[in-house]
Amino acid sequence: MATARSTNDLKFGQGKSLFAITILVLLFLHIPILILIFYSFNDSRFASHWGGFSLKWYYKIIDDDSLWLAVRNTIQVAIVSTIISTILGTLAAIGLHKFNFKFKDFFLNILYLPIIIPEVVMGLSMLILFVLFAIPLGLMTVTIAHITFSISFVVLIVLARLQSFDMTLEEAGADLGATQWQIFWKITFPNISSGIYAGALLALTLSIDDFLISFFTTGPGSTTLPLKIYAMIKFGITPEINAVSTILLISTTLILYFVGYFMNKGKKEGSAFLEI
Amino acid sequence: MSKNRQHIKILFLPYFWLFIFFILPLLIMFVYSFSQRGTYGGVKYIFTISNYINSFDPLYFKLFLRSLTYSFFSTLIALLIGYPIAYYIATSTAKIKAILIFLVILPFWTNFLIRIFSWIVILGTEGMVNDFLIWIGLVESPIELLFNDFSVMLGLVYGVLPYMILPIVASLDKLDKNLLEASVDLGANRFETFYKVTFPLSMQGVVTGIVFVFIPSLGQFVVPDILGGTSTYMIGNTISNQFITVRNWPFGSAMSMLLMLIVSITISLYIRYSKKKY
Repeated sequence: MATARSTNDLKFGQGKSLFAITILVLLFLHIPILILIFYSFNDSRFASHWGGFSLKWYYKIIDDDSLWLAVRNTIQVAIVSTIISTILGTLAAIGLHKFNFKFKDFFLNILYLPIIIPEVVMGLSMLILFVLFAIPLGLMTVTIAHITFSISFVVLIVLARLQSFDMTLEEAGADLGATQWQIFWKITFPNISSGIYAGALLALTLSIDDFLISFFTTGPGSTTLPLKIYAMIKFGITPEINAVSTILLISTTLILYFVGYFMNKGKKEGSAFLEI
Repeated sequence: MSKNRQHIKILFLPYFWLFIFFILPLLIMFVYSFSQRGTYGGVKYIFTISNYINSFDPLYFKLFLRSLTYSFFSTLIALLIGYPIAYYIATSTAKIKAILIFLVILPFWTNFLIRIFSWIVILGTEGMVNDFLIWIGLVESPIELLFNDFSVMLGLVYGVLPYMILPIVASLDKLDKNLLEASVDLGANRFETFYKVTFPLSMQGVVTGIVFVFIPSLGQFVVPDILGGTSTYMIGNTISNQFITVRNWPFGSAMSMLLMLIVSITISLYIRYSKKKY
């Protein structure tokens, strides 16, 4: 009797040269980031000279008021846009999942457009709208833009979670006399909450990270952190950017670590991130 | 019946939002692309197709061609280096696989601007590569490694590589390993097995990766802006330039529409391919 071989007995794809390529590609992806972290502690202004360990660039950015204002703006935009896009996205996902109606495919397909459309076009078309209707450019227009590009991501993640939600539970709730509101908060929401949190987290990261669409929809004085970083790059203030990058990297890693820990503790729903 | 209207109640707000802030702006842009440029950067609503004709002026057509060339080669390079690593990841044990996928995703946690900027630190005239070249005596004075075709394509590949790797890993993951063994048992060598069994069966992932990489490359703004110069500008930079600096909105709108057309063609080819498979 032939015994079943383990899945990769023949060691396909595990050759030495493939291993070497894998290591090289991972180095290619990570070395630029590691270099920035390394040089953020460099006393010298130039990347090519190691002037000894120093925290002076960190002190410098702590004193930079415009940077702190940018951080505050970023957080404000991110929180408001995350809340609104999560609510709108969840509503759309539930509506699309629960009901069958004419042109449903059309409504589903519209959601993919903001994801595939070039950011330049999306940002500039919104700029046209704001200018045409004389809406003053500033944090509000940036927030509106962030909500617009986040909604689709939230809908798709929540829809994925709804797929594994047993809709008959809602009917059971209705049969037992629960109101629409009770059904949502006591049955639907607890069951799909992990998807909603995942969608909200993605909306939050997209907002914090966004440069290009903010670039086109912002007005004077309403700088977000990526816009500030862009200005620093353009003016060539190298060591400060290194320090900002390092702080950003550490904070995102910490936030995502805690969020991941928190979500794994609740329900195992990390796969939603890989699906998109 | 009231039940038939329930979906309108719940879907109204999100789709109203998308209509006002996503669809409507694109429609206005479409109208602008057929309008004339007014004085002081305004728009005159007089029908014209001159914006589209001007887009094919050699000066601007060159930009479309350059963007397509950059995107084509960065997609090709991403595939050539992305496939081997995806293959290695997909065939690893579950634990190693999880770690490797994590390492591929990890750079995304750093802002894109910062990741692209770090190449200035590496390749700049005061950067590490130049320092090294001078130290080993290969060059006398720093050479310009930035602001050319090379640096822009490097940035493009660097930025999009994970989008190529992940779909290929996903498709190789689903591949039935017994087929590989059957192939070897039937006398095919490793190369033949890869060429005739593995690669064709991973095509869905490869095609998805190509689309995920090609489309963002085509509309790139940040990479050519930071790592390139005026001689390496892509469509994205030119469109932005028409809106922000030149203030010729109708012309910028027409070029945006053409960019969207190329993206739509790519997507519809992708959908047609995907449908054929199933």
